[in-house]
Amino acid sequence: MSPDDKPDNLINAEGLRVDGRRPDELRPVEMKVGVLKQADGSASIRQGNTYILAAVYGPRELHPRHLTLNDRAYLRVVYRMATFSVPDRKRPAPSRREREISMVIANALEPALFLEEFPRAVVDVFIQVIQADGGTRCASINAASLALADAGIPMRTLVPSVAVGKAQGTLLLDLGDAEDKYGEGDIPLATLPPQDDITLLQQDGHFTKEELLEAIEMGVTACKYMHELQKEALKQAYAKRRPADDAEVDDEDDDDYEDDLETDLGESDLEEE
Amino acid sequence: MGDYSAETISHIDRDYIADLLKRGERVDGRKFDMYRPLEIELNPVAAKAEGSAIVRLGGTTVIAGVKVLVGEPYSDNPNEGVVMVTAELAPIASPLFELGPPRENAIELARVVDRGVRESETIDVKQLCIEEGKRVYMVFADVYTLEYDGNLIDASSMAVNAALLTTEYDEMKVEDKDVVATGKKLKLPVQNMAIEHTVSKIGDHIVIDPVLKEEFVQDCRLTMAIDDSEKFTALQKGGGSGPMPMSQIDEAMDIALARSKEIRKAIRDAVASGSE
Repeated sequence: MSPDDKPDNLINAEGLRVDGRRPDELRPVEMKVGVLKQADGSASIRQGNTYILAAVYGPRELHPRHLTLNDRAYLRVVYRMATFSVPDRKRPAPSRREREISMVIANALEPALFLEEFPRAVVDVFIQVIQADGGTRCASINAASLALADAGIPMRTLVPSVAVGKAQGTLLLDLGDAEDKYGEGDIPLATLPPQDDITLLQQDGHFTKEELLEAIEMGVTACKYMHELQKEALKQAYAKRRPADDAEVDDEDDDDYEDDLETDLGESDLEEE
Repeated sequence: MGDYSAETISHIDRDYIADLLKRGERVDGRKFDMYRPLEIELNPVAAKAEGSAIVRLGGTTVIAGVKVLVGEPYSDNPNEGVVMVTAELAPIASPLFELGPPRENAIELARVVDRGVRESETIDVKQLCIEEGKRVYMVFADVYTLEYDGNLIDASSMAVNAALLTTEYDEMKVEDKDVVATGKKLKLPVQNMAIEHTVSKIGDHIVIDPVLKEEFVQDCRLTMAIDDSEKFTALQKGGGSGPMPMSQIDEAMDIALARSKEIRKAIRDAVASGSE
């Protein structure tokens, strides 16, 4: 029931966007790793008003069994939006849109994973959109790949992702909700650094071939930056856990935490000296 | 990796918990009548939901979001708005939760929390009427479980109440048969608050706010919604078929009554400090 808030211009006379960003500027991004204790790995991302949680369970036994792959683990991605994450209440049942996005996210992440190490098992990636304000599939990929790393799933690389769009003929990085709705197109993409091969590529709207290539170029460059932010978030989560901090944590029946401690030993020893 | 994917618990754990209780202790060191630390985060979905809250009860985390829409009233209550609570045991929250349509336990959670809100007449639904018989406000409070370490009912009940208290929505009016926003923001007409308090019966013992391990070994649980006037507005015996003697129900009620005031106060205080 929010009023129709279509802005007159998505880009003002100074060349700035509705939220004051430059065309090639990301919204503020905050990523946190290890935010959900029940999961084997987890991460959250806030990108502007978009807020998403991702959790990874596995590798674990796969049900139903008919999905079993004999040569690798099955990567099951479930992208869901909370009913209250959008202006009108979303119906609780999974929509076709959610199913499609789950699939493209799985395809974006899979090439980064050594799934062949876990034949017949499943790696579950659950993504919950808490607040949707544009760019949720890209933000989901950023968070999910951090959650996979947090779960200790062997990976070639983290998978950064951003969307590029267009409004009034200008290419824009990281579309907000209004730009997505009223702009002239949207190109979400994800890459595998450092070769920057593309694992997610979708598009809607109207673009010439030149525009498309330029937009993809712009996205790939932004992904490199996003990749740095991801690595930073991952380091933050592990470097800060020194033995003194751990003592305060409630260490009852939390097996993940034991794993974390082991991976951390080298670094915390260094800092002690 | 904390895998409880089969809902089983070893005899060792079972005996360990039982032995502790015999000595007056619990797995996490709490007293029988104590809640875990409660944390309330207000308006995490400020940009899209009319009201929202995250509640952390020890290792259990839930988020509740409120949407206020305009819809048609039920024909038997043409001048009353609609309040509805739903809950989802999202698989993100626990290795125990599976994908797929809601099962019995998710439906029970939603219905029990819904009953607490509805039976206590938390919201004055008569004030949610825009045009009798035609248009009323519909208040949806939806709960998603984020981390499951026992006692989802109480955490969900607290989150729903906190979210309802923070809710601000657009006032609507009828203009030439269309519903338009007046530009004014309204608070929900909250006139009462009932929070659910759940105890586990484990053998001869009654413990409030069970953790997951205690839920595994419980004979059953008893959930009691207690409102501002210290009246019971809803009960639910569930979480197992173990029978409960009258004396234990009496004891459970006393424990719940002893805690209910401070929990309601904690929620109101959090909301008051959040709106300053």
